[in-house]
Amino acid sequence: MTSIILLSIFGILNLFVGFMKSKRVLMPVVLLFLAVALVATLLDWNQPQSYFSNMLSTDNFSVGFTAVMVVSTLLILPFSRRYAINENANLAEYYSLLLFSLVGGIMMVTYENLLVLFLGIEIMSISMYILAGSDKRNILSNEASMKYFLMGSFFTGIILFGVALLYGATGAFYLTDIAAAAARMDPATAPLLLMGLLLVLVGVTFKIGAAPFHFWTPDVYEGTPTVFTSYMSTVVKTAGIAAFYKLMSAAFGGVYEQWFPTVVAITVLTLVIGNIGAVAQNSLKRMLAYSSISHAGYLMIALTSFNDRSENAILFYSLAYAVATIAAFGVLKYVADERSSDEYTAFNGLGKTNPLLAFVMTVAMLSLAGIPLTGGFFGKLFLFSAALEQGMVWLIVVAVLMSAVGIYYYFRVIIAMYMRDAEGTRIAVDPLATFTLISLVVLTVLMGVVPGLFSNLL
Amino acid sequence: MLTALIILWPALAALLVLLVKGDGARKIAFGAALVELVLGVWAWINFVPNASTQFLLNEPWIAEAGIMFKVGMDGISLLMVLLTVFLVPLIILSTAKHTYEKPNSFYALILFMQTGLVGVFTALDAFVFYFFWEVALIPIYFIAGMWGGENRVRVTFKFFIYTVFGSLFMLAAFVYLYFQTPGTHSSEEVAFYQLVLDAGTQSWLFWFLFIAFAIKMPVFPFHTWQPDTYTTAPAAGTMLLSGIMLKMGIYGALRWLLPVVPLGVSQWADVVVVLAIIGIIYGAIIAIRQQDMKRLVAFSSVSHVGLIAAGLFTLNHHGLQGAMVQMLSHGINVVGMFFIIDIIQRRTGTREIAALGGITQNTPFLSVCFLVLLLGTVALPLTNGFVGEFLLLMGVYQYNNWLGAIAGLTIILGAVYMLRMFQRVMFGEKNEITQGFTDLTFNEKAVLVPLVVMVFWIGLHPNTFLSLSEPSVLKLLDVIKR
Repeated sequence: MTSIILLSIFGILNLFVGFMKSKRVLMPVVLLFLAVALVATLLDWNQPQSYFSNMLSTDNFSVGFTAVMVVSTLLILPFSRRYAINENANLAEYYSLLLFSLVGGIMMVTYENLLVLFLGIEIMSISMYILAGSDKRNILSNEASMKYFLMGSFFTGIILFGVALLYGATGAFYLTDIAAAAARMDPATAPLLLMGLLLVLVGVTFKIGAAPFHFWTPDVYEGTPTVFTSYMSTVVKTAGIAAFYKLMSAAFGGVYEQWFPTVVAITVLTLVIGNIGAVAQNSLKRMLAYSSISHAGYLMIALTSFNDRSENAILFYSLAYAVATIAAFGVLKYVADERSSDEYTAFNGLGKTNPLLAFVMTVAMLSLAGIPLTGGFFGKLFLFSAALEQGMVWLIVVAVLMSAVGIYYYFRVIIAMYMRDAEGTRIAVDPLATFTLISLVVLTVLMGVVPGLFSNLL
Repeated sequence: MLTALIILWPALAALLVLLVKGDGARKIAFGAALVELVLGVWAWINFVPNASTQFLLNEPWIAEAGIMFKVGMDGISLLMVLLTVFLVPLIILSTAKHTYEKPNSFYALILFMQTGLVGVFTALDAFVFYFFWEVALIPIYFIAGMWGGENRVRVTFKFFIYTVFGSLFMLAAFVYLYFQTPGTHSSEEVAFYQLVLDAGTQSWLFWFLFIAFAIKMPVFPFHTWQPDTYTTAPAAGTMLLSGIMLKMGIYGALRWLLPVVPLGVSQWADVVVVLAIIGIIYGAIIAIRQQDMKRLVAFSSVSHVGLIAAGLFTLNHHGLQGAMVQMLSHGINVVGMFFIIDIIQRRTGTREIAALGGITQNTPFLSVCFLVLLLGTVALPLTNGFVGEFLLLMGVYQYNNWLGAIAGLTIILGAVYMLRMFQRVMFGEKNEITQGFTDLTFNEKAVLVPLVVMVFWIGLHPNTFLSLSEPSVLKLLDVIKR
């Protein structure tokens, strides 16, 4: 809760810092802001509390996901250093928008009331619409912003419509009241309730980029400047999936059988479309976009059960996925900037010219593919275990087969880096980014070797 | 603690090797592998030959889920660990004449792989086993993919996808078994052994587990990745794959398949034994037709492994003990064979049987080593191959007389393709490419002599090793027959 207030203030303060001549002070200042917010978040650990007439509440669930989001942002920022050199970039505004977006994300995991959820989604999304178009002289960036904005606001409308219907059916915005009303399942209002639920479901699946509402993802990811793509596919997705999980467990856990087939169908569709779609890509950035769709599918597997096991699994997976994705986008950014291409071929021979970048990318790909020694393996293991405990064997068979497909496209990068001849020259990486990349690798391996440290936090 | 040290030491050494530039990498890697050998021998000396699991380390890994980092050695594990720590230094030494691009990565990967291999052979928890199973795979993928020959990208990728696909099924089976354990669940070996599952469940679980092991061994018809990968990988990679990694499949079946789903095994043993015997004949016949020596040995490996697999699934004492000793023998012989092929290729630039000839004339030492290893491979009495194949054939014969008789063809067919190769490559007239063939250097002798010694040691006094695994094998049979 304190982190929401702090980050909002920091966002405004940061705009004033932007008046200073040197843009170079901005990043350290924002990093400091985020570190303070992280500490403030962690102070709420094991101290559940609610605010604003119970509209917001912090518990370990929300603290855990808030921490993942703040840490992700902290780890993404060092890669934005090139913007500091670019005269055209409005760096202070970008950073402030990121902070505001983060505030929205935190609201999405601390809400107890559907209005707060809606506000959170809006605050988060509107910032992202602008950031998607921040490379304003690039036509692709403009396209991304436009697409994201049009589609995004349309689906926000759908969520709002759903919230209104739910209010009509239950007379409440509070999750607990809705849960109580849903449990009664009054025949007179049941169609309204279910319709509302369906609309909210559709809106949220759009936000996390799950099929069949995933069509915006590849184009928007491709056009958005890489640093913000990285933010979009980690922080935004984490917030979305946590909000989704919280909504389904707190408000509709009692009417499981009503929505479960729909969610499972969406999960399977997302897994298949994400993984098969990724195979067909030649651009690494688009591949990562499809891979982020597939990971939304894996995360949705957690919705098959609501208990400690699945909560922990989803948190672990979110962290492992975020860390690996940030590393992948980080390396991609340097390679794409230097070789002005984000195709696989741009990575040819990277193992020879930049062993460190290649190694970081390898670890990231192994983690995303779910190979042991990396966090991604245990993430998948925990998620699949949670579903298997509920007897969802066939769903896991699909997921396992799709993981095998995933290995195919993730390894194309590794093959390009190590088994093809070098084309470019050595790429210079600044020390802060190097340090960040190494920390990301260490974190991934740590999660893969001593998973016990992270696996039972909630 | 000793087990943990044996597992961790190569990985630590690998990090050290990574920091070294140039030729020093090989020397440090060799030194580290020797230290590992000493640790392995130390374990052997301190090992009490009974059925218990020794040098146990049992630490919580994912505590709340009941998953333990549990490693230790019984007689079966110890034999496999000894094989690994014995072969790895020789494999590293065998690369002395090669110059690799980025030698530090190459040797670090070999050592890292050793960690995975030893981990697999000592794991006593299903998830630890799976973890190391994949840890061993990643380095060999890079070794074969980065330093291999023609078509390496396609071939190694096929190999990787193939094996990972198999192991995902194994993982699914492990997770299922884990949830069948009572209470707060456990994935320990003993917990899996105590499970009582109905025959229908065991039937499908059998295939989930078997596919992973069958691909790794490989058993016919899951072998299609193997000849290409063996041919394409650099010599050291081929030795690692055939000498040690292949044993992961057999060991895995022994430890995590037979005792875990005995009813499933009894339903499907006939099918597996028949497949394995088809593999024996099929591999041998194709080997006879090969012109490339490396491919010939690769197919002979399919044939020999078929016999080990058949012996394993007979579920009798002779079959299992035969499999144990034949794993050692096969590891020693095949590494020796691949090394000699590598020597010949390096000196003449070719592995084509037809292009070679008359090598014996200049090379008494090489010829003797080659002949001994070759006779070991064709199971001549007094050599290591004889002990293993004899026990295995006895096991298969007890299982079914007819199958035993067919499997016995392996000895005849093996002699055909091996002696044919030896005759054409080593005897006959010298030609221009074998003209200046020189005998073994000191380094090469240092690799081959220990292997030759082991051929005779196991051949003349197999009990040194059989007695180590005997109690554990009997205990395992009790579990299987429960």
